[in-house]
Amino acid sequence: MDMRTDDLIKAIARDAAAPRHSLGRLLLGACVLAGVLAAIVFSVLLGPRTDFAEAAHTVRFLLKFVVTTTLAATALALVAELARPDARLGRRVALLAIAPAILLAAIPMEFAAIPSAEWGTRLLGTNSLICLTMIPLIGLGPLAIFLATLRQGAPTRPGLAGAACGLLAGGLAATFYAAHCFDDSPFFVATWYSLAIAILTLAGAAAGRLVLRW
Amino acid sequence: MTRTDDAELARLFRAAMAGDESAYAVFLERVARNVRGYCRRRIVQGGVEPEDVVQETLLAIHLKRHTWRQDEAVMPWVYAIARFKLIDAFRRRGRHVEVDIADVAETLAEPEKEEPLTRDIDRALGGLAPVQRSVVASISVEGSTIGETASALGMSESAVRVALHRGLKAIARRFMQE
Repeated sequence: MDMRTDDLIKAIARDAAAPRHSLGRLLLGACVLAGVLAAIVFSVLLGPRTDFAEAAHTVRFLLKFVVTTTLAATALALVAELARPDARLGRRVALLAIAPAILLAAIPMEFAAIPSAEWGTRLLGTNSLICLTMIPLIGLGPLAIFLATLRQGAPTRPGLAGAACGLLAGGLAATFYAAHCFDDSPFFVATWYSLAIAILTLAGAAAGRLVLRW
Repeated sequence: MTRTDDAELARLFRAAMAGDESAYAVFLERVARNVRGYCRRRIVQGGVEPEDVVQETLLAIHLKRHTWRQDEAVMPWVYAIARFKLIDAFRRRGRHVEVDIADVAETLAEPEKEEPLTRDIDRALGGLAPVQRSVVASISVEGSTIGETASALGMSESAVRVALHRGLKAIARRFMQE
């Protein structure tokens, strides 16, 4: 006896009624959960820097948050679109350029503000290895949460969707990490934050190909 | 697929999501015809049975229907899923295909005369829990309603609904592993 398509249709039709999921609500829940998880890992491993209150008045320190939250927001918009099979990417991919553009715009200002003898030390900072370790570490849980959420969607580009989850987790993790790190120079942020977020993005792309099957 | 055809399909799909079973059946039959034509035109060599891809696509449409924006055209969304399932079917059989999304949008369906038979029903239902199997068989093969199935099997209607939904998910998983 064979499974006829019209029999399958009868079974599916009887399972009509509103789908339980809504992509928007799922993603919102994922963001809250990922934020809480990142906050816990951050406060256990690092915690905010001691001069947080004073630093909050400096442009360089604030710029870090502008860049990382912009990255997270634009990556979230991309993730939300990639959850759909007929994702239209053009504008959402273009939006990803905003965060790097802000950071790149700050670099000539830093060149102008800082004597050339200090450029090297600003770039290397004192926390580069901590940055490279901690951002992926804080972002790992959120990455898993975003991937699990996308499994409820219907992404037809699993690698790209995973990479977008990695960027989002990276932006979130970097936002927390920025509250800890003393290296505020755009030179440092452009180098080490980018590398750390790239690690999460690559991990997301690889994991996406494996787990985003439906 | 003209704009009015799509608007009609979208109306049926919205009605289905509001619980209208007969609208859903009409929607799925029309979609199946379109997807069957789409798959047959793209499967030129053996190895992949078009009707298998049609069934996988119908199940995916059902289980992923929350990813359709209800105010948008429905067939581009359907073909995106069909294309994904078709590529997946080739990939599982160790082939690689290029399917151009551009030639999908204007696909016209030709009515199919014979209803193709595929997949041993034991193969489709084999991995299901006994209760799920009875419920899915009663509703699909015997064509019973939820209420008829409930009284025939001595279950509550909500238990039948849950078993049906889980059974469909299990069939979708099973098809993917073949």
